[in-house]
Amino acid sequence: MKILVAIKRVVDPSVRIRPLADGSGMDITNAKMSINPFCEIALEEAVRLKEQGLATEIVVACIGSRAVHEQLRSALALGADRALHINTESLLEPLAIAKVLHALVQQEQPQIVLLGKQSIDGDHNQTGQMLAALCGYPQGTFASRIECSGDEIQVTREVDGGLQTLALKLPAVVTTDLRLNQPRYPTMPNIMWARQKPLVVTEVADLGLDLQPRLQILSVDAPKSRQQGIKVNSVAELVDKLRLEAKVL
Amino acid sequence: MTSSNKLSVLVLIEQDATGFSLINLKVMGAVVHLCKFTDLDVDLLVAGKDCAAVAETAARIPGIRKVLVADDESCEHQLPETLAPWLAKLASDYAYVCVGATTFGKNLLPRIAALMDVQPITDVVAIDSANEFKRPVYAGSALARVRTEQPIKLLSIRASAFAEVGLGAGSAPIMSIDPPPAQQLSRFIGEQQVQSERPELRSARVVVSGGRGLQSSENFMLLYQLADKLGAAVGASRAAVDAGFAANDMQVGQTGKVVAPQLYIAIGLSGAVQHLAGMRDSRVVVAINKDPEAPIFQVADYGLVADLFDAVPELIELL
Repeated sequence: MKILVAIKRVVDPSVRIRPLADGSGMDITNAKMSINPFCEIALEEAVRLKEQGLATEIVVACIGSRAVHEQLRSALALGADRALHINTESLLEPLAIAKVLHALVQQEQPQIVLLGKQSIDGDHNQTGQMLAALCGYPQGTFASRIECSGDEIQVTREVDGGLQTLALKLPAVVTTDLRLNQPRYPTMPNIMWARQKPLVVTEVADLGLDLQPRLQILSVDAPKSRQQGIKVNSVAELVDKLRLEAKVL
Repeated sequence: MTSSNKLSVLVLIEQDATGFSLINLKVMGAVVHLCKFTDLDVDLLVAGKDCAAVAETAARIPGIRKVLVADDESCEHQLPETLAPWLAKLASDYAYVCVGATTFGKNLLPRIAALMDVQPITDVVAIDSANEFKRPVYAGSALARVRTEQPIKLLSIRASAFAEVGLGAGSAPIMSIDPPPAQQLSRFIGEQQVQSERPELRSARVVVSGGRGLQSSENFMLLYQLADKLGAAVGASRAAVDAGFAANDMQVGQTGKVVAPQLYIAIGLSGAVQHLAGMRDSRVVVAINKDPEAPIFQVADYGLVADLFDAVPELIELL
C-alpha cells in the first residue's frame, strides 16, 4: 500500500511573528522555518503504518520554492521513501493546492493520502477536504486514530461534540489532528541517509492547471490588542473587582 | 431556486446532540450583518434523519424566506461524501452559502467548494461589505482583509465574532426537497458524545479553563465545581488535553474551539499564543497562576498570582 503525504513549509510554531507595518503581509524575514506541525503528524502516521507492515512506500510532496527542499529532506530523514517538489514562486490558495495534489494522486495512485488538518500560517483547514472532493475519495478529517482493515480504514475524528468513528473505503484522504501521534525526531544516520533518497522536481506550470487566485488579500493587520489589566492580591479582592468594577458576576 | 433577480443566501443548519445547534443563531447574526450590504433572500437547509423538529425550530428564525428540508436515511450523520455533491448543485442558485466554522462546517464546506470550483473563505470574523471579509491568520496574530469577486461566495462563520439572533414566534414555510442518494464511500460506525449539563463552550456566558497546572483529571473536578457555581462551561488548554486531564472537545485555541464569553477564567494555564487565539476576544479575562511571568497575565484584566489549589476553593467559597 502506497501512502502520499503532503507537507507544507511554515514559520516554526515557536517563532512569534507580527504583521508588517504597511499591512502588506507578515514579517517573516529570517524566521526559522519548519514542517507544519499537523503535517509532521501526518508523516509520522505514515511511517508507523509502514513500520507495522501495512504500508510499503511513503511518497512525500511539497509545493513551493526551492526552499522547501529543506523540509522535504527532513521528511525523508523521518522515514519517507521519496520526495516530490512542485516548484512555484506563487503563494497558492487551498483550492489551487488541492488541484496540484489531485494531479499527484492521479500520477502516484496512493491508497491513502495523509495531510495535516490545517497549516498554522493560513489556518484555512480546507486542502484535505478539497482534495478528497476532486479525487472523489472519502475523507476522514481531524483524525485522532486510524485503523486499517482490508479495503477500508476506520478513522476516529475529533468533532465538537466528542469523537466520531467512520469507515472509509480506500483510497481515502485523511487529515490529522493533534492527538493522532507524537512525531519522532530524525536520527543523525537517517539525516545522512536521506541525502541519498530521490527528490524529483516538477514545475507547477507543467501540470496545466487553473491555479489563478480567487481571493485578493487587501491587507494583513494586527488585531486589536488587549490592554494589560491589574494584579489583585487576594481572592476576595478578585471577587470584589468582578462584582463591582467589571460587573460580570 | 430564486424566482426574481434578488440574490439569495443559503445557510446550512447544524445539528448537535440537542437537535438544533445554537451555533446557527450566531451564523444568522452574521447573515443579518451581510444583508446590510446586499439585500438577500435567506433560505435555510436542514439535512438529516428525523429532523422535523430541527426544521421547525429553524423556521422560527426571523426574516427568512423558507426552510428546505431533506429528511432521509441518506442524510443521517450528515456525511460530506453524501451531502457535498448534492449541495454543490443546490448552491449554484445562490450568491452566498454560509455555515458555522465548526467541525461540521469545516468538514463540509471545502468539499462543496471544490466541486463548484470556488475558493471558500473560512473562519470569517468580520463582514466589511458584500465581498470583503476579515479572517484571522497565524493563530490570530493577524487579521487578513480578503476580497473576492467570485459570483458564489462560500463562507464559514466564526460564531464567537457575531451576536446571535433570537428565535421568533412566527414560522417561515418549510419545504421538503429530494434528498441526496446514498453513497458507498463512507459509513458511520459510532460516536462518543460527551454528555454535559453545563452550557456549550462557544455559547456560554462564562468559561472556566484549566491548563497543565491542574496536574490531573481528578483535579479538574475543582474547575467543574467552580463552573457549576458560575453556570459556566469548562475549557482546557492543549497541554491539559494532550496530558489526558480533559476531553478533546474542551480544547480552546487555534485548533480547538474559539470562545468569546463575558468572563473567561484561566486557571493554571500559561497562555501560549495558540491558546490566546481561542479566547482573546473574551470581554473580561481573569488569570490565576502561581508563575507571575506566565504570558496569560499579559492579556488578563485581573491577574492573581497564587497557587490554584488554594485560590480556587476559596473562590468557590466566596461566590
